[in-house]
Amino acid sequence: MTDYDAIIIGAGHNGLICGAYLAKAGKRVLVVDGREQPGGCASTRELAPGFRLSDCAQWLQQFDDTIVRDLDLKSAGLKLGAGKRTIALQAGGDHLTLDGDLLRGAGIGTKDQVNFQSFRQQIDVFSKLMLKLYRNRAPKLVDADWSDRMTLMKLGLGLKLMGKENMQDLMRIALINIYDVMNENFDHEGLKAALALDAITGTNMGPRSPNTVYTYLHRAMGGPLQAGGVAQVMGGMGALGEALQAAAERCGAKVQLGCAVEKIVKEGDRVTGVSLADGSALTAKVVISSADPTTTFRDLLGYEHLETGMARRVAQYRTRSGTAKLHLALSGLPAFTGLDAKALSQRLVIAPTMDAIESAFNPMKYAECGPSQVFDISIPSVEDSSLAPEGQHVLTALVHYLPYAPDGGWEAHRQATLDNLMRQLEAYAPGLGGQVVASELLVPPDLEAAYGMAGGNWHHGELSIDQALMMRPFPGSTQYRTAVEGLYLCGAGAHPGGSLMGLPGRNAAQEISKQGVLA
Amino acid sequence: MNQYDAIVIGAGHNGLTNGAYLAKAGLKVAVLERNPYIGGATVSRELHKGWYYSNCSYVASLLRPEITRDLELPRHGLQVVPFGGGATFMRNGDHLGAYSDHDRHYREIARHSKRDANAYDRYAADTARQTKLIRPYLLKTAPDPTSLKPRDLRDLLEFAKSFTSMGEEGLLDTIKFWTASVGDYLNEYFETDVLKAHLAGSGIIGTALGVYSPGTAYVLLHHYMGDVDGNVGAWGFARGGMGAIADALSKSFQSFGGEIICDANVDEIIVRDGQAKGVALKDGTEYHADIVVSNLDPKRTFLDITNPKDLPEDVLHKARNFKIRGSSGKLNIALDGLPVFDGLDPRSRLMAGDLHFSDSLERQERAYDDWKNGTWSKDPYLDMMIPSLTDPTMAPPGKHMMSVFVQYAPPKVEGRDWTDEDKDGFEKSVIDQIANYSPNFKDLILHCETRTPREIEAEVGLTEGNIFMGELTFDQLLFNRPFPGYAQYRGPIKGMYMCSSGTHPGGGVMAAPGANAAREILMDLKRPNTVPGGYADD
Repeated sequence: MTDYDAIIIGAGHNGLICGAYLAKAGKRVLVVDGREQPGGCASTRELAPGFRLSDCAQWLQQFDDTIVRDLDLKSAGLKLGAGKRTIALQAGGDHLTLDGDLLRGAGIGTKDQVNFQSFRQQIDVFSKLMLKLYRNRAPKLVDADWSDRMTLMKLGLGLKLMGKENMQDLMRIALINIYDVMNENFDHEGLKAALALDAITGTNMGPRSPNTVYTYLHRAMGGPLQAGGVAQVMGGMGALGEALQAAAERCGAKVQLGCAVEKIVKEGDRVTGVSLADGSALTAKVVISSADPTTTFRDLLGYEHLETGMARRVAQYRTRSGTAKLHLALSGLPAFTGLDAKALSQRLVIAPTMDAIESAFNPMKYAECGPSQVFDISIPSVEDSSLAPEGQHVLTALVHYLPYAPDGGWEAHRQATLDNLMRQLEAYAPGLGGQVVASELLVPPDLEAAYGMAGGNWHHGELSIDQALMMRPFPGSTQYRTAVEGLYLCGAGAHPGGSLMGLPGRNAAQEISKQGVLA
Repeated sequence: MNQYDAIVIGAGHNGLTNGAYLAKAGLKVAVLERNPYIGGATVSRELHKGWYYSNCSYVASLLRPEITRDLELPRHGLQVVPFGGGATFMRNGDHLGAYSDHDRHYREIARHSKRDANAYDRYAADTARQTKLIRPYLLKTAPDPTSLKPRDLRDLLEFAKSFTSMGEEGLLDTIKFWTASVGDYLNEYFETDVLKAHLAGSGIIGTALGVYSPGTAYVLLHHYMGDVDGNVGAWGFARGGMGAIADALSKSFQSFGGEIICDANVDEIIVRDGQAKGVALKDGTEYHADIVVSNLDPKRTFLDITNPKDLPEDVLHKARNFKIRGSSGKLNIALDGLPVFDGLDPRSRLMAGDLHFSDSLERQERAYDDWKNGTWSKDPYLDMMIPSLTDPTMAPPGKHMMSVFVQYAPPKVEGRDWTDEDKDGFEKSVIDQIANYSPNFKDLILHCETRTPREIEAEVGLTEGNIFMGELTFDQLLFNRPFPGYAQYRGPIKGMYMCSSGTHPGGGVMAAPGANAAREILMDLKRPNTVPGGYADD
């Protein structure tokens, strides 16, 4: 008799979701994590006394609504803010607002307005089709069984049903770059850049890199919030982790925090359990890792337990990321030129043109800190006053692109980079620097260390076509089952990939149940 | 008078191939050419007395052997001489040589990295597998996945079968190969910068992408899928320059009764009641035929020589959005003698191959960044060769002819047209790049013919100077080339066809688009097919 039916490594959102679904199905489940907080990247942290903010992920956008319903996350305490508009800040102060299907400001023309609506409609059609693929395990193409064939047929039928023109368009653009697609559709530079930003977030690619249409579609995948854009989680993103923990425990799963898994234990040909940092060893019928594939196979299992071909796949798995986080605690509400105070609760982006994004991308390729970056900004304390002391605020921003390992190491560059980022923000919000009570820059190696993500890549591995869908994370270890018997994956490194979506965890639980290995 | 069964616009290699197959089937065919000479980008020109420049395209490999044999090109004078060798020079004075002898090549790589030398065979085998997969589809029309026609369904099924026969992991590896960047692909095999840089060049030639851009591993394939005398992946020189290919094709075409008309600058395709009826030249002359085949690139075909009122709106839209960005330049140089290169014996066989001067992926990617910023690369990637070492007929005795392909050169400089000063600056950066590794090079230059995208467009008519007549990205490959819905060589007007490199399988001196288009035309005319299908690879 094993200690558990399933031990899940990592209490990130996918680990908790997988655990909740398995426990709901009556299995004995342990979710174990070295961090004291549940949620992994869905995390709230105190930057300075009284100032709390979403440390890693800051927006909820793609979280799958079937999970919200299945696990009844609302009653477990999840509270979302209102859907947000995106305000693309322009140098002159005449900003561009993206509000659902509507565009306002910045001299946007009627042609762009009309094209924007048809573009959104088409993306909606495409993402609905992709959702069919995302809500199932990615089908095998050659060794397909009946369930894979069903998915493939649904996809094929969905392709046909979207009409010849949509089908042609999808097959034309699916593998190319967002830069060309934006130029085909729109004239307004600010609009093109604001949309392209979604395509490059969390990636190692610039707008001109082929593959960015795919990453754009990935972001456009809608849960309950799609129509309203992004939302913040009240209480900070950590509240999502807490709600998921509560839901998992309600289903009967045990969640053990503050105790890291040291090793995945393999006996003979199969994985039999884990050993923990406190020296204890636990056994289970299966071990399911929500850690990224590199951490799982290289660090927790070890190359010595892999056959050569697989070890090579692990070593070749790419985990680069150019996304950093900037946190500010502010003594008051910042003043952005041309923006009234109420608008500060919205999503603010600074990305003047697609070429500016590409220029920010170029130096990162050579491990350099470039002169200018692009920003995706949240001031969550405007909507959620619990996050900062009365009258004061927190600002958190995704910053693209900063290198993983600049020459001389990050400590030689950190202060200069932070100063440079502040200068860039002050161009839009004069006086911002004077309001700073505390500040912090989390670069990719910081995110790697804090959240155990190889490369600081929040997708747990680059979301490029050759590492996506039926190839995720790599051939031989797809469909949540790895090449090592008894070891499964349920994290963002498994299909359909990263961002707070929850589908890898949910799909993995369903697959593992179906395979009967827990019986 | 002036009445033909078919008119082909443009006497490039695809136009001539297309004309030859139509004429072979018994049609009365005229090929019209704007220039006073034929060949398009497949041309040899004596631009400096005694020196013959392969002015644009400069090496042969992709020309389909089925076509070479079927049109009896050797009998019409074509001789392709294989060459070996090549080297990438390094900033530290060393170089990486490319030897055709397997063991010698192993030792050369091992000199840089033992591990890479061992990985090389695995790399070569994997790449050869991808090559063999694609080669049978070059002489086939790409099936349309949106179509329910029996023919498309059958071809798709066959296509799917050849893929599934690789097994699950083999198939996934193939998808990886088709979508990854050449940089990432090579990183999986090798650790040495210079070896990666040496191989990566083929992934960016003619392409408005960098070595780190996803999709470039496939472009690499485009340079590996040819052969010389049955040696897959081998390259050769057409004796007498690339014009020899056009000459042989034209002789073959004429032997079937075809007619070539030079100095015939087409103004417009004549359309009556939705049916192509011929073409009108700029000088007012008209040539009539119910079949009009355009060998111009898709932009010129639909936006220049077709009246917009004859075209559906979606085609105009697609043509305007067709990506045909120029990214390459060319220098042809007459030399007073043989240049010497640092660290390389002038008698070495390596001298006869492609010589490169970028010793890392980073330098190649930075060259691409220059292009993105709207300027020519200041540290350009060069594919340089001295064809006269292999084919002495290209230059007077004791003298040499050098061909330098340059990646990258933008179609416009910082958003404006190229000026003569820009051209001089471009030329200087290329010559300096070579002179950095060759002390006597500058003194040997007798004449230099420089082609920026501006000159390539003006001379050959390739829009923006794009050598593939449209980028080789997935939105413009297979059933998407040139546009979805028009990828089977038929234009939107009855009787109008396309046979240029802007159609499947794309650019390079392959002649496959011309042959495939002829097969479709003959099918529509319900005439017996004269066009060979692909050979099987053993």
